[in-house]
Amino acid sequence: MLRPKDGPLTLRGPISGKWIVRTRPEPAAFTGPKERHLKAIATPYNRKLHRFAVFTACATLVLIVAGALVTSNDAGLSVPDWPTTFGSIYKMPHMVGGVKFEHGHRMVAEFVGLLTIVLAVWTWLADRRRWLRMLSLAALGMVIVQGILGGLTVRFLLPPAISSAHAALAQTFFCIAVCIAIFTGPKWIEEPAAVEFDSRRPSLFTLTLLSIFVLYVQLILGAMFRHKGMSWWPHVAHAGVVAVVLTWTTIRAMTVYSKIEAVRRSAMMVLSLLIAQLCLGFTAFLTRVAWGKEALQPELPMVISTVAHVAVGALLLATTVVLAIQVWRHLPVAFAERIPGTERTPQAA
Amino acid sequence: MKKTWLAMLGVLALMALMLLAGCNKKETNEEQKTGGENATPAPAATPIDQSTVGSVSGSVKYDGAAPKAQKIDMSQDPACKGTNEAENVVADKGNLANVFVYVKDGLGNRTFDVPKDPVVLDQSGCRYHPHVIGVMAGQTVQIKNDDPTTHNIHPTPKDNREWNESQPPQAAPIEKTFAREEIMLPVKCNQHPWMKMYVNVVKSPFYAVTGADGKYEIKGLPPGDYTIAFVHERLGEQTQKVTVGPKESKTADQSFKAGAM
Repeated sequence: MLRPKDGPLTLRGPISGKWIVRTRPEPAAFTGPKERHLKAIATPYNRKLHRFAVFTACATLVLIVAGALVTSNDAGLSVPDWPTTFGSIYKMPHMVGGVKFEHGHRMVAEFVGLLTIVLAVWTWLADRRRWLRMLSLAALGMVIVQGILGGLTVRFLLPPAISSAHAALAQTFFCIAVCIAIFTGPKWIEEPAAVEFDSRRPSLFTLTLLSIFVLYVQLILGAMFRHKGMSWWPHVAHAGVVAVVLTWTTIRAMTVYSKIEAVRRSAMMVLSLLIAQLCLGFTAFLTRVAWGKEALQPELPMVISTVAHVAVGALLLATTVVLAIQVWRHLPVAFAERIPGTERTPQAA
Repeated sequence: MKKTWLAMLGVLALMALMLLAGCNKKETNEEQKTGGENATPAPAATPIDQSTVGSVSGSVKYDGAAPKAQKIDMSQDPACKGTNEAENVVADKGNLANVFVYVKDGLGNRTFDVPKDPVVLDQSGCRYHPHVIGVMAGQTVQIKNDDPTTHNIHPTPKDNREWNESQPPQAAPIEKTFAREEIMLPVKCNQHPWMKMYVNVVKSPFYAVTGADGKYEIKGLPPGDYTIAFVHERLGEQTQKVTVGPKESKTADQSFKAGAM
């Protein structure tokens, strides 16, 4: 653990993404790294905005489930046109067969799009943090792109690349929605972060980034297999890599940094979801690939297992992103750095 | 702040533009009829001496215990009435139905007139009638909907253009053509995922589909040595060499083994 003596203290800002240099406070105020708190950016906690952000994130998960139902029921082209539905922009079609899945998905998507517009505008007006405003704007841009991708996949008759991009972007958007919900929450805004410097290598933050990377690769492999662009085995083989990396990350987080509640709880959730996801993946493989190869139509067990696999996968990715953010906030990586104009002393970053 | 608002408005305007562009894209009637592929004038048909033509007929058997037809659950659309069973292997008393039989080889560079009459495909009881059809490349397939529900017709070819169109109840028949030869081209309905059938696109008129009795007949064959192919959606392809003499009626029976699935 590094304990600065004189000169500036280098800390990573809670979310700015930049290395910032803050002047060390009065020596008397310094009581050790564990007691140091990162300076919270001043913005008042807005309960209504936070609840709305949580609702938007929940609605996005419902949207992911609705999208997974479309694929699992092979209903993606039951409505052949887009952005209209059977030639109409407002007329409700007869909600039977594949249409109820495809048009239902479109309706939930429109609702989430509307929520995202409101969230972006509200955040822009109510929150003082510029980076959060930009994030909400990015979320809005992403939901627009996602809608266009959904339309393109219908118009081009479900090409695997576009369908997989639609699936991957859906989960990316879900992660951002969850992040906005966290950043607008009372714990993030009002409670100071309990900082503990991470001197291990690889750092826990590096491990969480690696976890996100392997999960994202797994998401693309799964989407490509699901949309008939790839065989099943790369997704199944990569599941082993995901299991190893996520177990390593979560065990490190839970054993070494168990005192930091935000990190411990996120890690526990990631591990629980990982176990659930592996079980669901095995079930989905049995019902869809092993037993359902000759199925005449989508059967209930294969629909339930594959949709649950997609939903828990989205939750797992989002929770891992939350873990990475909590690690970033609470466990800055310690390293030595020479800052011009100061004497050469170990610095904490 | 002002720049960000402008950027936001720009993104929204771009989206609206793309939506409008998407709405305005409509296929022409000609594209609809031809399936979107360029129709090239067909070469003149090679003359056939009708006084010498023969025929090939026979029956196709299923060797082994016929699988019990699986029931299809049509409850997700109340308009789909009646019972429905899988048609992937239909074998009654060993007679195998829905086998596409055609002259795969032996016709050389002969060309044939494309029939003017369309091949009719009907959607009734939320199933396709017939389950397997043969059609010449360029010949019209007329698709009808006799159900009180909307279907969508979605061929998923390897060599032809893929398309997907919906057809509401009592709508006018959809007429399409397939430009290239392709055997067992799957067609499905995404609204009723159990609905599947196969179109076989060939260059000659010498083809047939076995009926419920497993029998077929190919008429009007000029004398020659031919390879006859028997293709089943699940059981694969088998071939047989046949020599047809002038005015000769040849018999070519075939059997598929149960273990081939």
